[in-house]
Amino acid sequence: MTQPYLKFEQIGMRFRRGQMSTEVLRDIDLIIDKGEFVSLIGHSGCGKSTLLNILGGLLQSTTGEVFLEGKVVDDPGPDRAIVFQNHSLLPWLTVYGNVAIAVDKVFGKSKSKEERHDWVMHNLELVQMAQAKDKRPHEISGGMKQRVGIARALAMQPKVLLMDEPFGALDALTRAHLQDSVMEIHARLGNTVMMITHDVDEAVLLSDRVVMMTNGPSATIGEILKIDLPRPRRRLELATDAEYARCRAAVLEFLYARHRVPVRAAA
Amino acid sequence: MPAASKAVAVSPATAVPVPGTSAEIVTFRPPLRPALERAGEMARHVAGIVLPPLIVIGLSLFVWQLLCSEPGARLPPPTKVVADAWDFIVDPFYDNGGIDKGAFWQISQSLGRVGIGFSFAAVVGVALGVLIGQSTWAMRGLDPIFQVLRTVPPLAWLPLSLAGFRHSDPSALFVIFITSIWPIIINTSVGVRNIPQDYRNVAAVIRLSWWEVFWKITLPATVPYIFTGLRIGVGLSWLAIVAAEMLIGGVGIGFFIWDAWNSSRISDIIVALVYIGIVGFLLDKLIAAIGHFVSHGVAAQ
Repeated sequence: MTQPYLKFEQIGMRFRRGQMSTEVLRDIDLIIDKGEFVSLIGHSGCGKSTLLNILGGLLQSTTGEVFLEGKVVDDPGPDRAIVFQNHSLLPWLTVYGNVAIAVDKVFGKSKSKEERHDWVMHNLELVQMAQAKDKRPHEISGGMKQRVGIARALAMQPKVLLMDEPFGALDALTRAHLQDSVMEIHARLGNTVMMITHDVDEAVLLSDRVVMMTNGPSATIGEILKIDLPRPRRRLELATDAEYARCRAAVLEFLYARHRVPVRAAA
Repeated sequence: MPAASKAVAVSPATAVPVPGTSAEIVTFRPPLRPALERAGEMARHVAGIVLPPLIVIGLSLFVWQLLCSEPGARLPPPTKVVADAWDFIVDPFYDNGGIDKGAFWQISQSLGRVGIGFSFAAVVGVALGVLIGQSTWAMRGLDPIFQVLRTVPPLAWLPLSLAGFRHSDPSALFVIFITSIWPIIINTSVGVRNIPQDYRNVAAVIRLSWWEVFWKITLPATVPYIFTGLRIGVGLSWLAIVAAEMLIGGVGIGFFIWDAWNSSRISDIIVALVYIGIVGFLLDKLIAAIGHFVSHGVAAQ
């Protein structure tokens, strides 16, 4: 048997605060193939972000290990670049500078100055932000900021691209536009992507597999749905597609019938 | 009105429906507003900013003149101030040796002291602030001490520093330093503590070294806070220099006032007060402008 590309093995997470200890995640086992687009979906507080941050190395799991190409993940690094929910651009740098700070650090030794410049511009072009390269984050819209965030992450040439509710803060039209961009980029570069989302349509539209999490505390993987829709996918055609409707219904059924937010948590 | 009809003629809405000729018409030029109208708008804008303070100043001078005009008034009216201090006002560059120098020399001497003392305070204050901001223990240990020390009035430090330095000049510098450093330390440390976790996460993902984090994340993220501290600090140091100079003597706008009082030149005192106020105002604006420039306008947000 060949080595899995990305493997979560018995991940469990406990947060301790004083005497109190809460189990957030338990028994997470998941294998992700190279080039696969996987979404994590679940209600708020189910530990999706915790799991993503463990993969990103920003958090250490209490039990279990994450293996990327056979190596244990235990610190943050550019091979697992993260697109943050609130874009996290540095406000004192230009759009160009925000991508360049990552490129210069990651490829400072392996690429010449011109190559690094070209690489920054290439990634800005990929997200259609090259024309705004000299603007500062406060001068561009939320959608544009998120594009730059994606460009910064892509520019690190990560083995896995991590996206933490990347479109959560955007309006519906901008979100649809960015989803299309992400699909296009994924088709072109074949990245392995792990994305957190709240949005059922987004999960079904973008993913090869949707990982559905049970409610926390002690959340774990409830079900994994394979989305067998041909790519490239177009949202207009899919709106009337039977398979799309079935997948969508399956996720909704999981989230709202079987794993409804308990009343006390919702209050 | 000719301007309005011209605007309609070149607007793109009317140009588009003609397919064959659209290439020539598409260039859209906004109608030029008559220069007179623009100048009038500009003048109104400027007047709105300049007029209110002018009116208030004029009224205050008028009331002052009324109150102090009667014979036996203890303070001179504005007209007498100008007449008495005329030499001092028109020739800021005279130098009769000793401490009998023009306003320019007095003020620049004071500014020089503030410049040195404040620069030390800025460097040491930012360094200490960064240190304290990064360490919870340093914060807990030092913050209470700072909170107590910062309330000590500038002049209370002077006897102590005279005892320590034995010379008046370094003592004055020390008073400036110790007066202006507290807001710089406190604001910088608050800025460092308030750096969003997001920025730290970004730094962690791209694996910046400690030094790179300091230089590329911590410092720029803290710049708005640092400059808030510097602005308060420069104001305090200007407050302190005048008081300190009154005690240590020599050339400087502070001792000039004291000297004027001793020789009953009340008008000179009033003119000096105006100069001190204006210089203090300009110092504040200068630091604010540098802060705005350094933070690329982010601080203004």
